[in-house]
Amino acid sequence: MSNVPWLTILGLIPLVGAVVVAFLPSAETAKRAALGVSIVTLLVGIAAASQFEIGSSEQFQLTEQYAWIPQFGVSYALGVDGIALALILLALVLTPVCLLAAWNDLDGEALRHENGSGRRVQTYYALMLVLLTFMIGVFAATDVFLFYVFFEAMLIPVYFLIGSFGGARRRYAAVKFLLFSLLGGLIMLVAVIALYFVGPGGPDGFLVSNLTGVDIDTNTARWLFVGFFIAFAIKAPMWPVHTWLPDAASAARPATAVLLVGVLDKVGTYGMIRFCLQLFPEASQWATPVVLTLAVVSILYGALLAIAQSDMMRLIAFTSISHFGFIILGIFAMTTVGGAGASLYMVNHGFSTAALFLVAAMFIYRNHGRQHIEDFGGWQRVTPALAGVFLVAGLSALSLPGLATFVSEFLVFVGTYQRYPVAALIALPGVVLAAVYVLWMYKRSMTGPRPDLGRLVPDISLREKLVVAPLIAAFLVLGFYPKLALDIINPAVERTLVYVGVEDPAPTQATPGSER
Amino acid sequence: MPTVFEAPEINWAAIAPMLVVMAGGLIGIVVEAFVPRRRRHSVQVALSVVALVLAFVALVTLTVDNRVKTLGGSVVMDGMSVFLQGSLIVFGLLGVLTMAEKFGGDRPDAFTPMGAAIPGSAYEAAADRAGLATSEVFPLALFSLSGMMMFVAAGDLITMFVALEVLSLPLYVLVGLARRRRLLSQEASLKYFLLGAFASAFFLFGSALLYGYAATTDLDGIAAAITETRPGLEPLLVPAILLVLVGLLFKVGAVPFHSWTPDAYQGAPTPVTGFMAAATKLAAFGAILRFVYVGVEGTRWSWEVGLAVIAALTMVVGAVLSVTQTDIKRLLAYSSIAHAGFILVGVLAFSTLGLRGVMFYLLAYGLMTIAAFAIVSMVRQGGTEATQLSQWAGLGQRHPILAATFGFLLLAFAGIPLTSGFTAKFAAFAPAIESGTLGVVLVVIGVLASAVTAFVYVRIIVLMYFSDATSEDVVAAEASPLTTAAVAVGAVATVVLGIVPGPVLELAAQASELIR
Repeated sequence: MSNVPWLTILGLIPLVGAVVVAFLPSAETAKRAALGVSIVTLLVGIAAASQFEIGSSEQFQLTEQYAWIPQFGVSYALGVDGIALALILLALVLTPVCLLAAWNDLDGEALRHENGSGRRVQTYYALMLVLLTFMIGVFAATDVFLFYVFFEAMLIPVYFLIGSFGGARRRYAAVKFLLFSLLGGLIMLVAVIALYFVGPGGPDGFLVSNLTGVDIDTNTARWLFVGFFIAFAIKAPMWPVHTWLPDAASAARPATAVLLVGVLDKVGTYGMIRFCLQLFPEASQWATPVVLTLAVVSILYGALLAIAQSDMMRLIAFTSISHFGFIILGIFAMTTVGGAGASLYMVNHGFSTAALFLVAAMFIYRNHGRQHIEDFGGWQRVTPALAGVFLVAGLSALSLPGLATFVSEFLVFVGTYQRYPVAALIALPGVVLAAVYVLWMYKRSMTGPRPDLGRLVPDISLREKLVVAPLIAAFLVLGFYPKLALDIINPAVERTLVYVGVEDPAPTQATPGSER
Repeated sequence: MPTVFEAPEINWAAIAPMLVVMAGGLIGIVVEAFVPRRRRHSVQVALSVVALVLAFVALVTLTVDNRVKTLGGSVVMDGMSVFLQGSLIVFGLLGVLTMAEKFGGDRPDAFTPMGAAIPGSAYEAAADRAGLATSEVFPLALFSLSGMMMFVAAGDLITMFVALEVLSLPLYVLVGLARRRRLLSQEASLKYFLLGAFASAFFLFGSALLYGYAATTDLDGIAAAITETRPGLEPLLVPAILLVLVGLLFKVGAVPFHSWTPDAYQGAPTPVTGFMAAATKLAAFGAILRFVYVGVEGTRWSWEVGLAVIAALTMVVGAVLSVTQTDIKRLLAYSSIAHAGFILVGVLAFSTLGLRGVMFYLLAYGLMTIAAFAIVSMVRQGGTEATQLSQWAGLGQRHPILAATFGFLLLAFAGIPLTSGFTAKFAAFAPAIESGTLGVVLVVIGVLASAVTAFVYVRIIVLMYFSDATSEDVVAAEASPLTTAAVAVGAVATVVLGIVPGPVLELAAQASELIR
């Protein structure tokens, strides 16, 4: 094993880049520099990932550990397992894509704020890079306190990204986002502190490895589970604490929305696997019925509300609520297949939502910022190639076989059915509803007679092709060869289930003589 | 039985820091009488700074290894006294720097030329024309500070009472010396004085009852008396303790003894508000810690719940009322009430860790408060302070650095990770959770109140950054190096105590011992 602190380096590159970008004199250079920094980070990330050994006996790899605040039992401890690595790679891929997608979004801003500081482009790109640092940190932290620090600190750049740069309702959306998240985080703080005192304590008492398998009094563990779970449910977001997401996603810049929904919200579901399941196995099983119910409600409710939306960005946000329901269903099914499906779903959903948001944003940009579906109609005759890309992104959202999301959704269903057939069956209409919201939106916005726009609207540009190409490539590769990701994810899922102490249910009907 | 009066042993080294500060004040009075007017200001500032630096040096060199009870047990220089006195001297230094600010004028900007003149009278106008300045604020601040230093080290109730008066009387005067909005300032001063006198009376009455119970005013003696049974006197004990606590809780601004806080904070000259908010709170909490931990812990079960109710009320009322404020100084006043509640939660842990947490909280909170009020004093419209929140709209666009610093301090008040506010909250809440169910309940109330206060702080950030300015002439005054230094020290300390709190926590841990 090499002693290179890969994860620290990975986190520092965008942070240093952000400082540089913030002080660059020209907006154009700032954009290029930020994109360059994010690509370098991606390359370093790939190099780090190549050091990752599949099938290692350690839970975490690429580990680093230093005492940070020994008085509180806090260490600066980083490390990744398969799930965390996959999510970090997701963040690393999506960031350059988003920076490229946001290229022209802020043009004209400098004019509108002529008495302002005039450095808005630099600020925006710097904040996106800061956010990347925190995203890497939150998935790489193997110390509960450190995780909490990143979990909360992450809110601040997002808050400014929404509030300073978003659309008409940005102020309301930014405050709502921050308050929901802070409330969840503060409740979690109580659980975090209490966790230390039920654990072994000492100067490294917050390490996940020291807190795993601790014998906690049943009642206490359930309370702690609830504390963590509320924070993650708000983050994920789950019905009934989802209401901030549509506001935030539709008020934010599309690139911000992608990172928010595609990566940040995964912290919620990731936290459920890493902290809820691993640290409180008994409590997780105790809470499963409630969680599954909420997950199923989220699936159906999110899908139904998505159908009812007239604003494209809000529609996509509601589809995500439905998809997060699937992810949580897979996690709490507590089967290998369900867990692997859920983890893969987190990655796939990132790509799929990114494609939907960004392509929708390209249409909205061409339509002078109008986001409503009825403002469109017949656009596949105006911009055929872009409409085609939109259709592919939509099909990925409805999990068409052959695209990556199909694999993960299928695995979630199989995994859930093994243990909770009723939940799986009730959630099943979610798939049909997904087809309705995607295809109906496509029909209303893209098909029909050619609209009379009275101007020439350009079809997909080279920059936009570069934005969508990696995303579509990701759907196809992970759709036809999911083993690539599953090989990394599976060992981590199996290990988590060992911590929980459950085994996959034996196949039903496995009667002797059935091999005939 | 006549006893011969024996002069108590005096350990001069141990009380040297207090003597230096007091001597600084006395020399200041002489300066006031003999130094020509035009040089008085600079001489006073220099004298105060020298006195405080000398006191700090004396504290570090003479008392660190000289932890004793002296003056017959009425002054206790233990770890807590040294830590808190050191913090007080730092606050005093920063406070003096902000009070000396002239903002380009020919005299201290915040203070009236003639405190005794009737507001708006010809006499006042004449004093203004004559170029008079109240340079006696510096000796007053030093006297107050020496009282505070004695307050945290007082080992018996009489000394504590004398210290309480020594610290309070100069403050009453300072509050009434604001240059602008004279009537408001005088009203604040009178209110503070009258309510403060009531509180002192409560304290004195409680002390008398305790003397009746224990036949001594010495805290150790009281602690010893509590362990014995006192036939017929038992009913005295709990009322006595509660009355003394009323007097002390008044000074920290705990609900329901808080009603002076918003008025005094708003009416006082802003630098005085900052100094008072930081230093008085610290001194009063020091006295509470000593009274509660050393004196009456033995009978804790009989009054603990009462104090817990006050802590809960303080957090909730402070947080909720801060939501409705439209004046920045009143808003910070209510937030300081909420913070007093958070600190009380730490006090109620009744452990060495609790002592450490409270001391760390007081230091961190004081540093950010002084910096925050210094910034408030810089924001101007038409030459006077722009304290209405609406005037702060769009400040981030015109004064990015100032607004960023204030925004950062607000995040620290809100307790966002990577600021000292978070570390402090953790340090105070963790021992409370460890202490048992009552502590957990209080911490849960505390985090919910934190979420409410976070809304308040976030709203100011929305105003500064996400709103456009309502009027163009709100500007930040060009600050001299004095104020800039005070703000910089506060802000840097807030960063450092947030990211590497280890050394200071270690210092606080070593200091968390009380000589009984």
